[in-house]
Amino acid sequence: MLAYILRSLTQATLVMLAVAFIAFSMFRYVGDPVASIVGQDATLKDRQELTESLGLNDPFPLQFVRFLGNALQGDFGISYRQGRPVAELLIERLPATIELAVISAAVALGLGLMLGIYAALNRRGVIANIVMSLSLIGVSLPTFLIGIGLIFLFSVYLRWLPSFGRGEVVAFGWWTTGLLTDSGRKSLIMPVITLGFFQLTLIMRLVRAEMLEVMRTEYIKFARARGLSDGSVHFRHALRNAMVPVITITGLQLGSIIAFAIVTETVFNWPGLGALFVRSVEVVDIPVMAAYLMFVGLVFVVVNLIVDVLYFLVDPRLRGGITVPSR
Amino acid sequence: MALMADVLAPQDAFDPVALNLLDGFAHPMERGMGSNMLFVMGSDEQGRDIFSALFYGTRLSLLVGVASVIFSMVLGIGLGLLAGYLGGKIEMLIMRVADIQLSFPAILIALLIFGVARGLIPPQQYETTAVFVIIIAIGLSNWAQYARTVRASTLVERNKEYVQAAKLMGISGFGIMARHVLPNVMGPVLVIATINLALAIIEEATLSFLGVGLPITQPSLGTLIRSGQKFLLSGEWWILFFPAMMLVILALAINLLGDWLRDALNPKLR
Amino acid sequence: MSEPVISVRNLQVEFVTRRATLRAIDGVSFDIHKGEVLGVVGESGAGKSVTGAAIIGLIEPPGRISGGEILLNGRRIDNLSPEEMRKVRGRKVAMIFQDPLTSLNPLFRVGEQLVETIRTHLQMNERQARDRAVELLTEVGIPAPEKRIDGYPHEFSGGMRQRVVIALALCAEPDFIVADEPTTALDVSVQAQIISLIKKLGRERGMAVMLVTHDMGVIAETADRVAVMYAGRLAEIGPVRDVVQRPMHPYAKGLMGAIPTLEASTERLVQIPGSMPRLSSIPRGCAFNPRCADVFARCHVDQPLPLSVQGRQVACHLYENERLKTAEVAR
Repeated sequence: MLAYILRSLTQATLVMLAVAFIAFSMFRYVGDPVASIVGQDATLKDRQELTESLGLNDPFPLQFVRFLGNALQGDFGISYRQGRPVAELLIERLPATIELAVISAAVALGLGLMLGIYAALNRRGVIANIVMSLSLIGVSLPTFLIGIGLIFLFSVYLRWLPSFGRGEVVAFGWWTTGLLTDSGRKSLIMPVITLGFFQLTLIMRLVRAEMLEVMRTEYIKFARARGLSDGSVHFRHALRNAMVPVITITGLQLGSIIAFAIVTETVFNWPGLGALFVRSVEVVDIPVMAAYLMFVGLVFVVVNLIVDVLYFLVDPRLRGGITVPSR
Repeated sequence: MALMADVLAPQDAFDPVALNLLDGFAHPMERGMGSNMLFVMGSDEQGRDIFSALFYGTRLSLLVGVASVIFSMVLGIGLGLLAGYLGGKIEMLIMRVADIQLSFPAILIALLIFGVARGLIPPQQYETTAVFVIIIAIGLSNWAQYARTVRASTLVERNKEYVQAAKLMGISGFGIMARHVLPNVMGPVLVIATINLALAIIEEATLSFLGVGLPITQPSLGTLIRSGQKFLLSGEWWILFFPAMMLVILALAINLLGDWLRDALNPKLR
Repeated sequence: MSEPVISVRNLQVEFVTRRATLRAIDGVSFDIHKGEVLGVVGESGAGKSVTGAAIIGLIEPPGRISGGEILLNGRRIDNLSPEEMRKVRGRKVAMIFQDPLTSLNPLFRVGEQLVETIRTHLQMNERQARDRAVELLTEVGIPAPEKRIDGYPHEFSGGMRQRVVIALALCAEPDFIVADEPTTALDVSVQAQIISLIKKLGRERGMAVMLVTHDMGVIAETADRVAVMYAGRLAEIGPVRDVVQRPMHPYAKGLMGAIPTLEASTERLVQIPGSMPRLSSIPRGCAFNPRCADVFARCHVDQPLPLSVQGRQVACHLYENERLKTAEVAR
């Protein structure tokens, strides 16, 4: 158990270091950090002094370590464009993105599981086939078009839902939530559908495929031959086995929800991290880009760790260091 | 058809001289108030014919899509062959990078590459280089899949006798092997390429839609959709609708082509 | 003689495909009595496993039972609703599958799988079911069952897993058990142990056992009677001694001739020329006619029906006269 988790942790740290390295390289070599702080008309002496005080003359590894140290303390430098600490900008926008992503992920996972199981158990059913065909369209439609389509239908045509922003939010310390107000909840609906739709179709198709695969196995036939109820065969035996691969892929997918939020946030003018990142790319605000990269990297690594642990809990063959007999 | 935009389009949609501001916001199938031209799909705020703009936009979308797919294909095949042939640390490095990259969404990677390129290229040259930058950004974000496929079949070939024999004779086995591996992987690579073409076109449209892709002077379908979104709330739906439909149809058509190609190249599939 | 536990009468199983309807089982009839082991032999695809699956009601679409009936203790079970059949399955009739590596759910402890099965069929609480599970494991010969009950399937060896599978099949003391090639996937050294375990349990509990295999050695050692199947039809069925030593049906002769014996080691093994026809191209008349050495005109026209000859049943036109003779003698 311990060895397994240690191995996952080491891997996570390595990936994180690689991401940090890329972020640092961007930070240090793209654009001119000095010029962006003191401006174009500073004297050569001023610039040299600043270069020295920022430690930009130090050897590369030392600079990297310093960058890492600062990042660990939540210091990502100062935004070139807004002149405010990057960390402050991120924290301000974090709740909006987290709220959107978590709700979308929950919806995608919940509905995806349910529809996937349904489609697998009623393989020849009419509804299952309709759902499957619809999901195919979902996979091939670009996210932003789904968002725009929703805006057209619900905001322009039906005038039911607001087309942009978070609505009214309630603050708890630094955290803000739109879940407690009517306008906040209404504002969430369309972005959640837009962000969750692709993941939903993906999870659904995956669950269906895995369920069908598992239902063909001998141990499911044997479970039936022992007279176990359909409920137990489907939801205890088949589902648990189908979940093993589903967990891995779904975990990665849910991680990428954070990244896909970039598009959704832009469509709906959602004041989150993704919109901030797009803006920073547009105006080449390198520190913000670097910090966002680190943030996404962190989310991925954490999600991966959780997936590893879940995997471990679900599949006993990984426990106890006994090698899995290959079939 | 879209390739011949210059000839077919009724209006040179992106030459300001050809536009008549009085034609602005013509509804579909309406004649412009300035030029009396027929606007089959309506016009935008500057009197630009949407129908003509579609031709130009589709052409550019296709161009960027095809170019970036070729770029990532060449890069992926090259790195895949190299990894499979050399093995050892280099193989591990290449495949690790591919793994990490594959676990992040392509759009994020393209955005990052785009941002970095923006930082490195002086702003004055931005408009002229935008197309190349976006091709490279999308291309770089999609090479890993090719590399995986090619490496897998290279591994099979690596230990075959002719490669070993070539090595013993002091000839580089690489060229010989590449000649043996490439015909074998062309099928799967082509299938990946068509699927990726649809993805690349959508990726470009998304980037442009986000406002970090092609500038308004060189509009792709994504740029057209972005500029059309402004007018959605005020009721001029056609500015957005036709480019969006075009994008969907384009993506679906290419996906269908991909499906067909996969079935055609794989006789084992039912 | 007492009523048979399982009685299969004129069973037909069809698989409906897009091109044609294939008859996988065609007019198979047999009885199995309490404590009796019926061996079923034949080549792969002869319909042995399908017959077993039909009895426990596990024919999956596009397959279906299209004719005949199956009786358990005199009561028809082939026309039960799925829910009723589910209650019979595991409770009255059980099945042991071929590959113990794949027939246990890898994600559940052995004990969980046993307890769930026991509690599905018997009114027991968790504690009682667990005690019973330990008893069953002891009975099938698993050492230290109190400890092993909490193990996962991958922690057991192949032979031990098959013992667990048998314990699972025995959970509710069924009257009838189908063992579908229970030793094929096992090491030779373990095969004999599993076979003798099945035989012993069958005797002790008075179960009727249908042992499907293509290993004639296993049949000769274990079965009381043997049924030889060919292309979905019963070729010959009778007491194991008679059929193994003096087979009557030409196919059975070929099959028995293919068993190497120590005494006859100098003789060449007899081979049957050709191979079994596919279900889609079973010839008219007797299905064995293209490979039969004693084939004559009638074999190409009429499908032979089972004839009672010398205490067994043979589906072959060759014995038509003999049957008449014995009938005359009897008169």
